[in-house]
Amino acid sequence: MSEPFIYELGEPGRHGVDVPDVDVPETPIPAEFVREELPLPELSEADVVRHYVHLSQKNYAVDVGFYPLGSCTMKYNPKVNERMARLPGFVNLHPLQDPATVQGAMQLMYELQAMLAEIAGFDAVTLQPSAGAHGELTGVLIMRKAQIARGQGHRTKILVPDSAHGTNPATTTMSGLRVVELPSDKNGNVDLEALKRELDDDLVGLMITNPSTLGLFEQHIVEICELVHQAGGLVYGDGANLNAIMGIVRPGDLGIDVMHFNLHKTFSTPHGGGGPGSGPVGVTAELAPFLPGPIVDVDENGEYIWKWPEQSIGRVRSFHGNFGVIVRAYTYIRMHGAEGLRRVSEDAVLNANYMQARLQARGDYPIPYGHRTCMHEFVAQGKISGAAGVHALDVAKRLIDYGFHPPTMYFPLIVHEALMIEPTETESKETLDAFIEALTRIAEEARTDPDLLHTAPHLAPVRRLDEVRAARRPILTRTPPAHRATK
Amino acid sequence: MRFNPNTDADRRAMLDAVGVKDVADLFHDIPAEHRFPALELPPPLTEMEVIREIQALAEENVNLDQFACFLGAGAYRHFTPSVVDMVISRNEFYTAYTPYQPEISQGTLQATFEYQSMAAALTGMDVANASHYDGATAVAEAVIMAINVHRLKRKKIVISPTVHPMYRQVTRTYTQGMGLNIVGDVSDGQNDFRALLGLCDNETAAVVVQNPDFLGQLHTPNEMQDLANAVHEHGALLVVATDPIALGLFTPPGHYGADIVTAEAQSLGNGLNFGGPYLGLFAFRNNLVRRSSGRLVGETVDAEGERGYVLTLSTREQHIRRAKATSNICTNQALNALAAAAYLAAMGKQGLRKVAELCWHKAHYAADRIGQLEGYEIVAEKPFFKEFVVRCPRPVAEINAFLLDEYGIIGGYDLSQDYPHLGDAMLICVTEMNTREEIDDLVEALAEVNQPGVPLELEVGS
Repeated sequence: MSEPFIYELGEPGRHGVDVPDVDVPETPIPAEFVREELPLPELSEADVVRHYVHLSQKNYAVDVGFYPLGSCTMKYNPKVNERMARLPGFVNLHPLQDPATVQGAMQLMYELQAMLAEIAGFDAVTLQPSAGAHGELTGVLIMRKAQIARGQGHRTKILVPDSAHGTNPATTTMSGLRVVELPSDKNGNVDLEALKRELDDDLVGLMITNPSTLGLFEQHIVEICELVHQAGGLVYGDGANLNAIMGIVRPGDLGIDVMHFNLHKTFSTPHGGGGPGSGPVGVTAELAPFLPGPIVDVDENGEYIWKWPEQSIGRVRSFHGNFGVIVRAYTYIRMHGAEGLRRVSEDAVLNANYMQARLQARGDYPIPYGHRTCMHEFVAQGKISGAAGVHALDVAKRLIDYGFHPPTMYFPLIVHEALMIEPTETESKETLDAFIEALTRIAEEARTDPDLLHTAPHLAPVRRLDEVRAARRPILTRTPPAHRATK
Repeated sequence: MRFNPNTDADRRAMLDAVGVKDVADLFHDIPAEHRFPALELPPPLTEMEVIREIQALAEENVNLDQFACFLGAGAYRHFTPSVVDMVISRNEFYTAYTPYQPEISQGTLQATFEYQSMAAALTGMDVANASHYDGATAVAEAVIMAINVHRLKRKKIVISPTVHPMYRQVTRTYTQGMGLNIVGDVSDGQNDFRALLGLCDNETAAVVVQNPDFLGQLHTPNEMQDLANAVHEHGALLVVATDPIALGLFTPPGHYGADIVTAEAQSLGNGLNFGGPYLGLFAFRNNLVRRSSGRLVGETVDAEGERGYVLTLSTREQHIRRAKATSNICTNQALNALAAAAYLAAMGKQGLRKVAELCWHKAHYAADRIGQLEGYEIVAEKPFFKEFVVRCPRPVAEINAFLLDEYGIIGGYDLSQDYPHLGDAMLICVTEMNTREEIDDLVEALAEVNQPGVPLELEVGS
């Protein structure tokens, strides 16, 4: 049943909050400034609550069930994180308070900077970026400015493998640089010969996601970093897939110069339906002077202070970062310690390999890189033998009927009909087995009753939605007059 | 480990299925000399222990529940009704991700569509997107959008000195590789927008102003409309940063010619949270939709003709358009937008107007009383909303230290760094959260700090 649009609810004159009366002498408000109408809804508090509870019931979420959305690391979000982030001593802090009055919050940030630097092998970290793509922009601007500082400001080229997230090339353009795409070889590694051909005096650097979006660890990573460095370039690490390698290997040790973390992936902070995230950036000592400011430092008296790196690229947002997210990630790391984080990555990789091995044994879905050990995720194809008309989309939609969130579809772009599966470490063997069973049954259905898949989902709150219509004749808002008229 | 459910027996069975002996064997692709580094991290804590430690850190801070606060400057203490936290604490909302599968994400999608609708209604614009990171990045994205609208042919941006200093800094950071010429804000903090017009020419992609401006002042709709007309005559876009609470009372930018409206919408149901997560509200005119940045939710129908919602116009975005995308943004501030939507729904037409009126009356009461104190002067060429500039008889840092130590008051924002020409000036913010008693205390404290007996050498920040 469809839930009414919010302006269709309520009645004129209702309100959901009682606002106190004015307790000071009033000052006339000049009429020329005052707006005539304020087209907001008019609901009681209970109207509001029921509306949002109804809407929430139409959502799938990690707390509802298995969410193997590749490259998004949809792990379980510990509830203590929420409790810590809501402590009054964090929530009710103004970002511009005197540092002397917020030492506890600054200590937490300072320690998180240090812990992230340790986990990934860097010398300095900023917590300011608000999401992964924001961290990328920060990192690429740092590379650009570092090249200028080296007297290499003429360089304009960023290399990006063809398996990369779209944010990598988009970030490059935003930074005023140009992208050259590198092909992958048959094992899913960067094509080294293609890389060598691009190593010239125009190179700013390389952006690489390792483990890659194919779920594979780049086998030549040390050599790649050396080659780029020899050509005067810098290496950016996209940390989207850090969940596979905590306590396993440190990107900084491999030659990566700058990397963003996704606290909302690796460090268990909830995804919020599409944010807020947090995308801290770690750098080598050479790049530390270029970090956005301010970052937290400690002075000779042990007081935490705000410090501007000397050659900073500047601020990338207002204030200090998504502090509420930072508290959650801090909580998670403190609960795990070094041993616990390594266990996280081991279990994430074991879960993915187990699923890959079992799916491969069943043989219904091709796994193009199945000859390799995967990391925390792997890419299968929604091309079922004996069911030519069935696509990855159909498999994904049918999975919904089995009670699962589908994998990432049609990404990475270099795999035809891709279904990118990332189980994460917080899922049990029974869940993984049930998912494999569902995929197997869907493959059978695809062969015997393909229409069942083409018309799926059947058990969701709505049927398949017309996305073409939405884009051709966009309706992006509705405002009350139109709706009041139809009521 | 409580979050990892698999037992040793499960692991054994899984390793057997994979065909390896030990979990370490799964990492053979990693260079041996770098494999399994010993990380130096604090030892793991149980939930009970971690709560104790983190609570201790939280309690070290001076939190605004216990102190009167007159600090604003882009982050505001407004009342959040209990409904809001209930909504954003629903597991189905906060543990979901971007609604890539619309059939099982109608909750997030409809709530976002409703946010877009209410944000557009509030700003008087045609369309609002699903959000940007905060008020500062929203301005930077607006500038980049204006550059894209002009197909990179215009490289000049005129920005008012009374746009929030951080918004201007972030705009410069974002665009440092684009070769733009950003002018207008190097002068002395002029409040008259007509002065900006002298800089606007046929090379200008956008003029960026803030209303109410950073110093709290309101520019009349007529003045704004004149500005918009002149900007449009040059073929440029007018970007207006605004305060969403002010729009509960005042004419919105959409009614005086703005092309893009941005706002720090933290005020709408989101806590101060020491600076984030916040909410970049971003609204624009219909003709700019296909050049716009950020996620958009659109209404459509399902296979049975029922109304439903999807992410739409993705061909603007990085996952489709890659290097040619309008922005690199992916994850944004969905949960904060949900909080804003729940806030606006609960406050409604009447509530938001009353909140704005309370801010107005209380701020004016405070300004009126402070203006009568010896040594203090209200610096206002125009009417103001909830913030105003006070020229003080002593450096603001000294006054604030006194207010905190002697009265438990967090004073206003020290303008001496950003606007040195104003002298010892403080930006005081008064919202509906400030009681009359708090304001009277502030007045008393400000009077006292100007008495001859008060020591001049206070230790700042003690």
